[in-house]
Amino acid sequence: MSDKAIVEKLKAKFASEVLDVVEFRGETTITVNKGQIVDICTFMRDSLGYNLLCDLCGVDYMGQSPRFMVVYNLYNITTKQRIRIKAPVAEENANIDTVSTVWSTANWHERECWDLMGINFNNHPDMRRILMPADWEGHPLRKDYPVQGPDREPYQGRLS
Amino acid sequence: MGVEQTQEVKTLGSGFVTTSLDKLVNWSRASSMWPLTFGLACCAIEMMATGAARFDLDRMGILFRASPRQADVIIVAGTVTKKMAPVIKTVYEQMPEPRYVIAMGACASSGGIFDTYSTVQGVDEILPVDVYIPGCPPRPEGLLYGLMKLQDKIRAERNTFGAAIGVGDVIHNKA
Repeated sequence: MSDKAIVEKLKAKFASEVLDVVEFRGETTITVNKGQIVDICTFMRDSLGYNLLCDLCGVDYMGQSPRFMVVYNLYNITTKQRIRIKAPVAEENANIDTVSTVWSTANWHERECWDLMGINFNNHPDMRRILMPADWEGHPLRKDYPVQGPDREPYQGRLS
Repeated sequence: MGVEQTQEVKTLGSGFVTTSLDKLVNWSRASSMWPLTFGLACCAIEMMATGAARFDLDRMGILFRASPRQADVIIVAGTVTKKMAPVIKTVYEQMPEPRYVIAMGACASSGGIFDTYSTVQGVDEILPVDVYIPGCPPRPEGLLYGLMKLQDKIRAERNTFGAAIGVGDVIHNKA
């Protein structure tokens, strides 16, 4: 089944949820609303065979609205096909439903995404920090986080 | 009123017998500096190379120990992250005294290229460092030179015998 046919099947089922479809150099990216992300992911897994979540990550488009984007990179092991799903997340209400019920590997990916980006995942079974120390404040991969940390003077350039 | 209390440094004195005993203690300590097997980043590869056949730390009486309770020196070989800092501190506190710290490489000395929120800007923020070794990473010759500098420092210590039997503290002289 081609990527086009897969997009058509998804559009037939979730017509109002698909915001945009982009094909670039043979890679198909589908942008969807975050509201029914669990249903969409379940459909992708059960009906279209995307049984592996390769990666789940957050992107910070600071200055744009909505600010964040959660990206799901899917892989169909049987047909060796890849597809990418993106869901925009607003800054003021930065949360999205967890897909750890669909692919259990999403558990740690979502923890990482929350740890570094500050995107909260609703109904997550174990939402703790995974990379930063447990008592860390802030989400350091956000674009407005100072690179040298909030407690230090920013780098002024070479003195000599 | 006019009573002056001079804080005199308590030692065994500097007679022939005590200084000779100091020399004996210093010789034994400098000749068997056992470092802790503790690598954090790429500097650890260079540290292993220094310990292996070509450069051979064993000929200097330097044997890597796997337990901090048997170690005299901790070679901080690599980038110290803020998450790792409490672990290093715990390991250091588990070492018996006298204990020495070598900051190996640019990262352990100053944070190096990792001028970021997650990296400790030099291990001297958490441990008292005796010898800093520059380089990224230092070549085995550099680490050997640093270890020999530490040996010089140990040999220059005074009242080590007195401190060992509970009279006064070790006096650290400039090597």
